[in-house]
Amino acid sequence: MSLQMTASQTVGPFLHIGMDWLNNGELAGSGERIVLEGQVRDAGGAPVPDAVIEIWQANAGGRYAHPDDPRGLPTDAGFAGFGRLPTDAEGCFRFGTVKPGRVPGPGGSLQAPHIVVLVFMRGLLKHLVTRVYFPGDPANGEDPVLKLVPSERRATLVAQAAAGRPGVLEWTIRLQGDEETVFFDV
Amino acid sequence: MNELAQYRRPARNTQPEYLDHGYGSTMLRAPSKPLILLPQTLSEVTGPVFGHDRVQPGDADLTAQHAGAPQGERIIVSGRVLDENGRPVRHTLIEVWQANAAGRYVHKGDQHDAPLDPNFTGAGRTMTDEHGRYRIQTIKPGAYPWRNHHNAWRPAHIHFSLFGPAIATRLVTQMYFPGDPLLPFDPIFNSTADEKARTRLIALFDWETTAPGHALGYRFDIVLRGRNDTPMEK
Repeated sequence: MSLQMTASQTVGPFLHIGMDWLNNGELAGSGERIVLEGQVRDAGGAPVPDAVIEIWQANAGGRYAHPDDPRGLPTDAGFAGFGRLPTDAEGCFRFGTVKPGRVPGPGGSLQAPHIVVLVFMRGLLKHLVTRVYFPGDPANGEDPVLKLVPSERRATLVAQAAAGRPGVLEWTIRLQGDEETVFFDV
Repeated sequence: MNELAQYRRPARNTQPEYLDHGYGSTMLRAPSKPLILLPQTLSEVTGPVFGHDRVQPGDADLTAQHAGAPQGERIIVSGRVLDENGRPVRHTLIEVWQANAAGRYVHKGDQHDAPLDPNFTGAGRTMTDEHGRYRIQTIKPGAYPWRNHHNAWRPAHIHFSLFGPAIATRLVTQMYFPGDPLLPFDPIFNSTADEKARTRLIALFDWETTAPGHALGYRFDIVLRGRNDTPMEK
């Protein structure tokens, strides 16, 4: 039996009605605490105030809270690894979480610490999938997914350390244009 | 050991493109550079798991969230969530939201001059059962105007958001109603080139779902991506 996936349709401008109940910007868990401050900008550089951002990540030990993570690493009680926030009037969002550990990649490789990010909004007929990596992490240079990205575009996937605010990372999602964020076809 | 079974990619033209000249909001928001093809890793074949405890019994009945009954035509929408291999997607979260019977959303951004209904919020959620089945009760949403083009009206629709077992199976879609005269003119509905794929977004009127003396029933089955059985060889 072979069916075809249902067609995606936009969340539209009133997505908050159905999605706000699951908002969660603070992911409790043990490990190195970080804050991810992001902003979404459109082709003209204008902030996008009507997006919803979802994040998915492993715990500090590199374990996903999911039955298909086969490695038997310890889960972290209370750390589900999922967050969801709407952008505010300035297009901004702010997640508090822990830095994820490394997880396996293809061919026996290890991926650098990263957070998977999904972007939903009016004007997107399909949601966008991207990732955010950690600035200065020595594993970034050997990450098998970053290697798929043309070198001149990789920086769009790496957050920046906020000046004078330890543990705070800044990252901009640019939907379109010269500095357009890399989005993945998964 | 890390070569994971991959979720299949959609058949040509069965999904919309990001840039759609009929849908104005895509112009400033669609990516302009090609997406990077990413063979799914553990990060994409896993995803958030929600237990049944996240959903309250009344969440699936959008007509019973206030003191009185909402205005409009009461309906029941039911169906199954399957993957492309025909297997039920069990115990997965479904979120729904919609306009009221007059075509108005309970949202500060909705400026349509149609009445709000104090007995209708228009948001609900449910979990599929062990056979992938779900059922919600609501009222039939109204059509409403939008500013995409002159005299633009959205056909009646209900938004559906599903997770499935993985990041790769995440899906947000809209369910439409059979016989809606606005469908041929709606750029969002028509953003999918393949006619059969579009038609699958239209619910079927269904006697089996229809509750005698109570509410008309519609059937809307949803298909999430299916996974290849054999791990991809590199």
